[in-house]
Amino acid sequence: MNKNFENEMKLEFVSKSSNESFARITVAAFAAQLDPTVEELADIKTAVSEAVTNCIIHGYESKIGIVKVIAKLKGQKIFIEISDKGKGIEDVKMAKEPLYTTKPNLERSGMGFTIMESFMDTVEVESIIGLGTKVTMTKNIKINEKEENEEDFTMLTK
Amino acid sequence: MESIFDEKEKLLILKISEEIDDCKVQEIRRKADNEIQRYMPKRVIFDFDKVTFMDSAGIGLIIGRYKFINLIGGKLEMTNLTNSIRKIFEMSGILRLIPETEIS
Repeated sequence: MNKNFENEMKLEFVSKSSNESFARITVAAFAAQLDPTVEELADIKTAVSEAVTNCIIHGYESKIGIVKVIAKLKGQKIFIEISDKGKGIEDVKMAKEPLYTTKPNLERSGMGFTIMESFMDTVEVESIIGLGTKVTMTKNIKINEKEENEEDFTMLTK
Repeated sequence: MESIFDEKEKLLILKISEEIDDCKVQEIRRKADNEIQRYMPKRVIFDFDKVTFMDSAGIGLIIGRYKFINLIGGKLEMTNLTNSIRKIFEMSGILRLIPETEIS
């Protein structure tokens, strides 16, 4: 384990869309150590889901490959790295534009990167054509005063 | 997904109970389109009460159904949005097209 971090986990799985929920739930369970609110946890799950879906749909284009997820904790901050060894992104700047999609056929919205960027604090994309893509995201989890947290209450009553 | 049709009001309520992601969205879309074609409603409400997760796949799902329902002369509404779901719809501008409504 890298000494700069207090905790770390690594996950590798086959690029099947049925693994999307496995990936986001696992990262959320790991992130739970930082005591996030329900909403912060939902943000993390959504961002992970978007990045993993990109690996499966765009990186491997429904061929079989391995998606790798690494999550690390330092203080109240979570670092999440999601990568594939797929086809890579030709123009990262373009791919990040809201509503831009290379696959509009199946009602894809082109909002994946926009959602990652607004739900996480930082999002970085490294991509090499033919070698793959790596998305690195970070999010700072606020220290919450649980007694006054209404969201936890609503979760209990649902 | 569960559906309730009110014949008199020509109102179709579609209660989604699946997580809405790339994996599940095709099945939800197929079921919803089947029900819409079967009843040809004047008004469709998507109920998100049982949806525990949604990512951007939900945007495509709703915009697609909006177009389809418009085509048959109906109106689409949504209800029981959680904060996380509302945030995603707000970001995509969908809430300017499709109103949030309350049902009992």
